[in-house]
Amino acid sequence: MTTPSKSKAPSRPSFKLTRIRIIAIVLLVLGLFIFLQAGGIDGDLVTTLTFETTSASETPSVGNIDVPTSSYLRLIGLLFIVTGILNLAELRAPRSRRASLALLVLCGLLFIPSVIIAAAAGNETNMTTIVAESLRLATPLAIGAMAGIWCERAGVVNIAIEGMMLFAACFGFTTLFYLRNTGLPLETAQLLAVIIAVLSGGLIALLHGWLSITFRTDQIVSGTVINILAVGVTSFVRREYLLSTEAGAAKLGNISIPILSDLPVIGEAIFTNQPIFFMMFVMLAFTHIVMFYTRWGLRTRAVGEHPHAADTLGINVNRTRWTNVWISGMVAGLAGAWFSLEATGSFNDGMTRGAGFIALAAMIFGKWTPIGAFGAALLFGFSDSLGIRLQMVGVGFPVQFLQMVPYAVTLIVLAGFIGRASPPKAVGQPYVKE
Amino acid sequence: MTAAAPVLEVRGISKRFPGVLANDNINLTLRKGQVLGLLGENGAGKSTLMNMIYGLYKPDEGEILVNGQAVDIAGPKDAIDLGIGMVHQHFQLVDVLTVTENVMLGNESVSGPFLRRDRARREILELSSEYGLDVNPDALIADLPVGVQQRVEIIKALYRHADILILDEPTAVLTPQETRGLFKIMHTLLEKGVSIIFISHKLKEVLEICDDVVVLRRGKVAGHADPQRSTEGSLASLMVGRDVILEVEKAAATPGDEILNIVNLQVHDDRGLPAVEGVNLGLQRGEILGIAGVQGNGQTELVEALTGMRPVDDGRFYIKGEDMTDSSPRRVTEKGVGHVPEDRQRDGLVAGFTVMHNLVLCTYYRNEFSNIIVVDDRAIADNAHQLVEQYDVRPPIINNPAGGLSGGNQQKVIVAREFSRGVDLLIASQPTRGLDVGSIEFIHKQIIRMRDEGAGILLVSSELDEVLSLSDRVAVMFEGQIIDILPIEEADKDTVGLRMAGVRDDIQREGAK
Repeated sequence: MTTPSKSKAPSRPSFKLTRIRIIAIVLLVLGLFIFLQAGGIDGDLVTTLTFETTSASETPSVGNIDVPTSSYLRLIGLLFIVTGILNLAELRAPRSRRASLALLVLCGLLFIPSVIIAAAAGNETNMTTIVAESLRLATPLAIGAMAGIWCERAGVVNIAIEGMMLFAACFGFTTLFYLRNTGLPLETAQLLAVIIAVLSGGLIALLHGWLSITFRTDQIVSGTVINILAVGVTSFVRREYLLSTEAGAAKLGNISIPILSDLPVIGEAIFTNQPIFFMMFVMLAFTHIVMFYTRWGLRTRAVGEHPHAADTLGINVNRTRWTNVWISGMVAGLAGAWFSLEATGSFNDGMTRGAGFIALAAMIFGKWTPIGAFGAALLFGFSDSLGIRLQMVGVGFPVQFLQMVPYAVTLIVLAGFIGRASPPKAVGQPYVKE
Repeated sequence: MTAAAPVLEVRGISKRFPGVLANDNINLTLRKGQVLGLLGENGAGKSTLMNMIYGLYKPDEGEILVNGQAVDIAGPKDAIDLGIGMVHQHFQLVDVLTVTENVMLGNESVSGPFLRRDRARREILELSSEYGLDVNPDALIADLPVGVQQRVEIIKALYRHADILILDEPTAVLTPQETRGLFKIMHTLLEKGVSIIFISHKLKEVLEICDDVVVLRRGKVAGHADPQRSTEGSLASLMVGRDVILEVEKAAATPGDEILNIVNLQVHDDRGLPAVEGVNLGLQRGEILGIAGVQGNGQTELVEALTGMRPVDDGRFYIKGEDMTDSSPRRVTEKGVGHVPEDRQRDGLVAGFTVMHNLVLCTYYRNEFSNIIVVDDRAIADNAHQLVEQYDVRPPIINNPAGGLSGGNQQKVIVAREFSRGVDLLIASQPTRGLDVGSIEFIHKQIIRMRDEGAGILLVSSELDEVLSLSDRVAVMFEGQIIDILPIEEADKDTVGLRMAGVRDDIQREGAK
């Protein structure tokens, strides 16, 4: 009368390095570092956070906040340490587990303000400007990332975003350059210039489609060809046609969104802005809705994941890809227009300076989802604006280090909460009907 | 029964691929509410024929009639419109989408450009209750077991109002229990007036469920068979073109020294959960020890641990008396262990390599095939020519990529490699999964030959018939443990089946399990 030997060996106490634990350890170290550093800061130092954007404002609607730097950082350091320890322990009870995860999220949220406060110790820093500036600098990255999503969700790698942007920036500006003396009203000329920029992005995308879909060239090679071509063609165009005494043109004018622009503090900083800036939000909403709520989006995603399955259901795989690549090019064109028409009112050689690749990184960082990619683009934008701010304020240690911090934290948080990014499965593979 | 009207007729269909006549003047008729079985060896042209009916290929000659009308099927869309649905051998499902999204894809219910998931969802639930196809419309495909994925494929066809359903080797990926479930669903479908083409090379299943059977051999119709008056043997010989011995002939085992000894082995699975929970087994030279069990009871992890592919949590195992726990696969190989892995495409072959290089994957570094720096392609080619002939790999072209071979021939390449290098212990996992009778017979013979030459063989299979016909002893694995070991004389189907479900009547079990 023996029982079948279900002899469970007493479970050995084992310590496994789970993802959460790795994050916890990083937090712990970071917390200790912050705590110790905070001790070194003069206890009387105060960071003043201001929110007003216009100095001429008569009635300040929001006051300034004075944060005692040293004590604040000690507090943050402690919070990090506690959170780190709690998560390291990996408490079993669901409630305490949830609580420690919530603390982890809190740490993530508090981190970026803390960086600013630490960096601007003893100084005054304007929070609203930082937010507005981050958003502004994120514009080409976010729109570029949307371009990437359109393409890659359909299974075509698009590393040519950079080149498409450059083409668009160049041709858009060239259009404006020639139209401004024709007597057309400035706004009309600018609108036409943006449209030409968008269309030229689309045109270059057709080249990408032709090479990579029709001729099944490796998509990376095709993209590289376009990027190299863009550098050559645009600098040729600039040298031949744009170099004249009067190479600058008016930037796109500001638009105020009714009602929203009357809001205190953020009204003027954010809702009175240039058109492509607003287009960023339009593109974000448009891409998200099309991808996840429409027939076209469903088919696009199916084609990018498992083209053969889509084919057996009567979906034309290559036509779907063509259309998406084309749309992607136009979206990238819009991002390109930002550089020459919105930001500078001029065209320079290689003025996109790798933004297309950063946009691609934002797309991957955001796991090929519009909202995630937008968040990633914001992060990149924030890092840029933080760098500019800090250089203006003049902090005591390398700006680059602080600029790096948001990425490091986000990477860790992403790794912990969302896990590995998985691209659309069929990305990069030309579709061949057997 | 035979009076039912034909819903699908194929007349004189031929299809040529470069160098091959895949289908040669094929005729067949599917009648309403019936199951037409399509039998044939791997590469006999079954899939080609079905792909033409579904519009994926265009026939070179001949015509297809649906409900008596000659039709031109230019693409899957046309086939769908004609009421033809196909469940492909490799499921055509998008992993990252939900069941609802997969079902509606290509035939979406929309208002304007926007998807109406709720409507599709409701339709799926209706279909699922009408036909007994139990699925959760909101589940992600990636999270579903194959049996459920297959149901999703069937729902996909029904959602498009298919009344002719082609099932391409639907049981190849199913456990016996899931197969029973599928047959039940098929009966419901038939009652509702759906006609089915059932492709398989499992003779027993064909005999059980089909109303009529067409056998293909080398692209031609080799004959018709009435399941009422056929036997497995007659079907098999029709299929292969010669008499096939389905019963494995083998002499009694003459066990020798112990070659493998497993002591209280514990292994975890990919999710870190215990999969093998204290297995004790001994295997002697000259015997075949079969491990029966429903898939997912730790067999995979056990085999992976023994072959050095998965770390051991606790316990040890000894090969030829030497402790081989947590050795590298190379060391296991060098110890004289052959391994036919469960997933031949993932673990058995490098699909992009040629047949000849695949044949030396675990011996290429030896002196016969290479010196210190370069491999000797001539020696490798000689070796390959010999093995390809001996093991009847078709086509016998050693420079083709192995990935291009049919499943059965890929398996022959693996078997040739593992069996030919003089192993003393063979660990074979699902060695005949998805293969046709001819290949199965061949591989079974080879396993017996190795046993008779004095090797010990650990055979893991979810095909109970295979385990029972080959083994000298049968161990049943259940929830990570060996629940019972029976000598073959005592291992009848019922007893082993009960053990596979975790029941041991001779031993009182405590309340919990």
